[in-house]
Amino acid sequence: MITTPNQTQLMQGNQAMTHGALYAGARFYAGYPITPSSEIAEECSVLMPKLGGMYIQMEDEIASIAAVVGASLAGAKAFTATSGPGFSLMQENLGFAVMAEVPCVVINVQRSGPSTGLATKPAQADVMQARWGRHGDQSVVALCPSTVAECFGLTVQAFNFSEKYRIPVILVADEVVAHMREGFRIPEDGEVTVIERKRPTCHPRRYKPFETDIDGVAPLASYGSDYVFHVSSSMHGPDGFSNNDPVNATRKIEQLHRKVEFHRDEIVITRSFDIEDADVLLVAYGITARAARAAALAGREAGIKAGVLQLLTLWPFADKEIGLASERVQTIIVPEMNYAGQVAGEVQKVVGPDRDIRRVNRYNGQIITPDDILEVMTR
Amino acid sequence: MVVAGSGLQYLKKGITPHMWCPGCGNGIVLAMIFRVFEKLDYRMEETVVVTGIGCWGKADDYVVTNGFHGTHGRALAFATGIKAFNPRLHVVVLMGDGDCITIGGNHFIHAARRNIDLTAIIVNNFNYGMTGGQVSGTTPSGMYTSTTVYMNPERDVDICALAAVAGANYVARGTPYHGFELETNMEEALTKKGFSVVEVVSPCPTHYGKNNAMRTPVEMLKWIKGKAMTKAEYDSLDPSITGEYFPIGKLVDRDAPDFNTRYDEIRGRAMKDRTP
Repeated sequence: MITTPNQTQLMQGNQAMTHGALYAGARFYAGYPITPSSEIAEECSVLMPKLGGMYIQMEDEIASIAAVVGASLAGAKAFTATSGPGFSLMQENLGFAVMAEVPCVVINVQRSGPSTGLATKPAQADVMQARWGRHGDQSVVALCPSTVAECFGLTVQAFNFSEKYRIPVILVADEVVAHMREGFRIPEDGEVTVIERKRPTCHPRRYKPFETDIDGVAPLASYGSDYVFHVSSSMHGPDGFSNNDPVNATRKIEQLHRKVEFHRDEIVITRSFDIEDADVLLVAYGITARAARAAALAGREAGIKAGVLQLLTLWPFADKEIGLASERVQTIIVPEMNYAGQVAGEVQKVVGPDRDIRRVNRYNGQIITPDDILEVMTR
Repeated sequence: MVVAGSGLQYLKKGITPHMWCPGCGNGIVLAMIFRVFEKLDYRMEETVVVTGIGCWGKADDYVVTNGFHGTHGRALAFATGIKAFNPRLHVVVLMGDGDCITIGGNHFIHAARRNIDLTAIIVNNFNYGMTGGQVSGTTPSGMYTSTTVYMNPERDVDICALAAVAGANYVARGTPYHGFELETNMEEALTKKGFSVVEVVSPCPTHYGKNNAMRTPVEMLKWIKGKAMTKAEYDSLDPSITGEYFPIGKLVDRDAPDFNTRYDEIRGRAMKDRTP
């Protein structure tokens, strides 16, 4: 590795995500520059060739995710990073990665929209795009960091989930987390678990790239190995060739969902702060989780028993965890940087329509402060 | 048993009848590709056939090398990732005119500019066959399609000229009528390092022919034959009528370093550089 492990250094969120990817074994990056994610591309352009990997700047984000998918099938751990408009352009080929079950990681450093919006300002308005941005029926995994350390750790985790389950994983960061700097020590090799995709062990003639094991995941070969295989964006059978049989389609769609659903408890990561005795539960994610923690601490000083449930996994949604945490509380508050309450709506689904959820929303390019939350808490 | 030289070992068994219409050029082109694969001794393991969407984009269904059937217009971008990460692979990209030049035009320009070592075999039938014969970026001006019933008001793009100016190392054009020449050009394209392009001007009697008073495969093929000429013949034409014809055969042949070769230089520089 380029930077010295075991030494705490001042590191930016975007840098930490880059190092997380390299730590996980990523050796291919294809991307297109866009604020506020460009530092990831710049860092990769320096570090990838040093490590024998590759950085390639493609002609747009459509091509970027396509090249990532291609490289992954050629055996690479591959990723790209972008922001709102670029993330929109990537959706179709992200759907390809879902359908053809190609491991890869997409970092979306959220910025304010719609469209070009406030291009350099933060937002948390792509939660639903991460979940539903593509056409068609599918599950998705999306993770969300709130600190520089989480930028690193969740990027490694994103690669691990993508490799283990043959899925694209989206890292939904935000402009503030991506650009802020904190002290961080890059772990030594072996300190953090790194998972590799399951490779076929059968005779090459018997290999079918979509014939799943009991865990719902099929081993994946690489182009150029002894295993010859075919992948397709179209509905396909276990051999990867077109198959329009309704029975096959039913099985395939169910498998795409179930391999995520069955491993939901492993994939859904939350952190809780002081929720055991809480009367007020704050459900928060990304940069806003930090404001929520500060608000909860201030609330406790003022005599309000507040706690925070931080969502590190946005999708699949932490419904069980929220259900449990919200059972005894009197008040639920969901602060987030979007108008519609993209996560608040999901929390409402969990707790039912009769319970009142207090929302704190900001959508002007400014972050939510602890005072904003405290004001709603003490209302 | 596979007859030597037929290339049939590359054809997937048990998939006939194929989905292409009678009189379509696709089968002829695919058979040529198979023969050239055999001649060049391409192993299944080291060959990847990448397609997009469209009639020609279904070709991967009939091929037993490694295969990749991608989204519409993006075949070259997927193929770029495959080849960039594993330069030992033969990556052959099959696209129609809609796929490659119309929706995917930007990727075509940049694959050529990047000079990545891929071979693009583009079947140009002047229209969107699979969706019912709509206008494409290569439909000649004034011709008829199912969405230009009064005539095409737009101009067509010259695929080979675009490839040449964007930086492809090898560019050729052929037709299924000129089979031997086309097969030779394909072999040259596949063996050329860097981005190589073979445009096959191909008949679509079902849609393009029907809409332009060429209902039979023979009429369509004769129309194509009448427009094709050697580059020398084409260059001697009066400029006022060149739009009616197109040159066939090898049009560009150069040896600029390909992307992976250049990137190896980058790795060399990066590894020497000790600054973090």
